[in-house]
Amino acid sequence: MKAICWEGINKVSTERVPDPTILNPRDAIVRVLLSSVCGSDLHLLGGYIPAMRSGDIIGHEFMGEIVEVGPEVKKFKKGDRVVVCSVLACGGCEYCQREEYSLCDNSNAEPEWTEKAYGYPVAGIFGYSHALGGYAGSHAEYTRIPFAENTCFKVPDGVSNESALFTSDAFPTGYMAADFAGIEPGDTVVVWGAGGVGLMAMHSAWLLGAGRVIAIDQYPYRLEQARSRANAEVLNFREVDVLQALKEMTGGRGPDRCIDCVGMEANSTGIERIYDYAKQYARLQNDRPAVLRQAIMACRKGGTVSIIGVYGGFIDKFPMGAAMNKGLTFRMGQQFGQRYIPKLLDIVAKGEVDPAYLLTHKLSLDMGQEGYMMFKEKTNNNMRSVFAPAG
Amino acid sequence: MANTSKTFTPPSSKRSENQEPTENFTNVGTPGRIFSLLGGTALAYYGWKKKDSSLGKSLTTAGAYLLLRGVSGFCPVNKALQIDTAHADFEGFEVTSSVTILKPRNEVYQFWRQLENLPKFMEYLKSVKQIDDKRSHWVAKVPKNIISKETLSTVAWDAKIEQEEENNRIVWRSEPNSEVENSGEVRFTDAPANRGTVVQATISYHPPFGVAGELAAKLLNPAFKELVKQDLRRFKRLLEAGEIPTIIGQPSGRKDENY
Repeated sequence: MKAICWEGINKVSTERVPDPTILNPRDAIVRVLLSSVCGSDLHLLGGYIPAMRSGDIIGHEFMGEIVEVGPEVKKFKKGDRVVVCSVLACGGCEYCQREEYSLCDNSNAEPEWTEKAYGYPVAGIFGYSHALGGYAGSHAEYTRIPFAENTCFKVPDGVSNESALFTSDAFPTGYMAADFAGIEPGDTVVVWGAGGVGLMAMHSAWLLGAGRVIAIDQYPYRLEQARSRANAEVLNFREVDVLQALKEMTGGRGPDRCIDCVGMEANSTGIERIYDYAKQYARLQNDRPAVLRQAIMACRKGGTVSIIGVYGGFIDKFPMGAAMNKGLTFRMGQQFGQRYIPKLLDIVAKGEVDPAYLLTHKLSLDMGQEGYMMFKEKTNNNMRSVFAPAG
Repeated sequence: MANTSKTFTPPSSKRSENQEPTENFTNVGTPGRIFSLLGGTALAYYGWKKKDSSLGKSLTTAGAYLLLRGVSGFCPVNKALQIDTAHADFEGFEVTSSVTILKPRNEVYQFWRQLENLPKFMEYLKSVKQIDDKRSHWVAKVPKNIISKETLSTVAWDAKIEQEEENNRIVWRSEPNSEVENSGEVRFTDAPANRGTVVQATISYHPPFGVAGELAAKLLNPAFKELVKQDLRRFKRLLEAGEIPTIIGQPSGRKDENY
C-alpha cells in the first residue's frame, strides 16, 4: 500500500510499504477514508519530538471503514464506518477506569522512552514517534487499530465523513481544553491559537457556558474563521499588545479562563522571540513557551490556565511567581478522546457544531510533502490538509 | 494464611542486626580496608604537606579517619547506617521489582501459580511444564547477547515450589546441580484503595563460573533488573489488557525491518 513516511526534518515522502495485518486479538484493520494533518505533526516535522525514525508512517487523526477484525473484536464488523481516536487505551488499567485514557498504563508498545523521560510511561498515539508507542500512523491506505473496541467509534448515519473526521482528535482535544478550563456561566474565555484545535475549543467554550470568547492568533484568515465560525472576538498579537488589550476588554479584571492551544512552537514578538528561538536552536530548551507565559500573565487572579497545545520537554523563564501568587489553577494533558467522542458525535449529528469547515484541502497520499508544507507555511488559507487515500 | 508484612526487606540486604561493637567489632570488608589504608595514607600525606591551609586540615582529618577505618576494620559510618560489608558473601544476582495490577489478588495469584503461563510474559522463557504439583521443567532461551533477541540456544532445568501460601506467596528453587541455579519468590498483596494487587518478585540467579562469573554477574545486574521489570510489565499488560501491545510486524518505510 501507499503511506506517507517521515524521512527527516521537514521532509516526508510517499512510499510503498507492506499492508498491515492483525497482530493482536483486539486489533482491527481500517481502510482509511480521510486522514488529517495536525498541528502536533509540525513538532515531529520540525524535529522537536525525539524518537522519530526515518520511515515511520505518520498521521493520527482519521476515519475509515473496518475491513478486518481480530478474534476479540465483537463490537464491530466489516464495513462499519468508524472514526478512530488518535490516543490508544487498553480499557483495563486504573487510568482507563477513571476515563483518563491518554494516561493508559498499557497501550504504549515502547514504554521505556517516556518512563525514562517523564517518570512513568504514557499512552500510545498513532504515528507519533517511538516515545509514544511507535505505532504506524494513518496517512496510509490501511491502518492497524490496536484495542479496536476502545479506539473506534461508529459514525452515526447522516453524518458525513468530513464532519466525522475531526471528532477523532481536534474536536475532543479542544473540548477537553474547555472542559479542563472549568468554565462557569458567563466567564470570559481566551483561546490562544485559531487552528483546528483552537477553533474547536472556542465552539466547546460556548457549549460549556462561556459568556464571551476571545481568539488570539497572527494569521488574519484564521482569525476570520474564529470570528465567523466560532463567534469569537479576535486579537492579532502582531498588531496589539495582548496583555493590555485583554485587560481593557475585561474592565481591568483579566480573563477568567485561558486556554493554550499552541504549545511548544509558539510564535512571539520582540526580544522574547529571539531568546526562545536561540535557546531552542541551541537545544538549551526543547520548547518555546511564549503562549504559556502570556496566558499566565493575562489570567485573572484565581483563574484557570488550561494547556492542550503539546509540550515535549523543558521550558525556560516560566513565570512561577505570577502563577503562584495569583492562585492560578493549571489543567493539562493529551486528550482523553474516548471520554468525549461519543458525546461529540452526537453534537455533530444534531448539527450544533460542524467541524467539516476545517477541511480546506483534500489531497491524495502522493501529495504528502505539499500538504504538510502548505499547512506549515499557512499558504492558500490552509486550515487542514486532509489525505483521502481512496480518492 | 500468613500475615503479609507491609514493608519488605529483600533477603539480599546485608544489614547487620544491631551488632554490639564488643561482640563483633569489624564491619568493613578486606577490599574496603585495603582501600582505606592506601587512600588514608595518601590523603594524610597531602594534607600534612598543606597543613597551613583549611583544605590541608580537612584532608588530614579525612585521611586519619580512613586510616582508622583500615587498621581497625570498624567504620562508624557503616555502623550508623547498619551496613556490614565484612560479612557479606556474594550470592549471584538478585533483583526485586514490583508492579500493581488492577485485578483481584486470587486471579493474579492463580495465573502465576499456573506455571505454564509464565512464558506468556517472561520474554526469555520458552516453556514451563508442570511435572507434578510441586515440580516443573523449565526451558529458557539463551540470547546471542544481552541486547539481541535472537536465540542462540536453550537451557533447561527442573524447579521445585518450596513454599506456597495461596493468594500470598510462591517460592521456587531450581533442583540441586541444575545447569542454571536460580530461585525466586513472588508475593501478592492488596494495593490500597481498591487499586488491585501489588506483585513483588525477587529473582536470583547464581552464575556458574566462580569469581569470573561473579564479576560478570555484577556487570550484568542492571540489565537483569531491567529484564525482570519488563517481564512484570508484560504480566500486568496481559492481565489488564488481555494482550501485550506490540508493533513488531507492522508496516514502515524502512526496508529490512518489520516495525
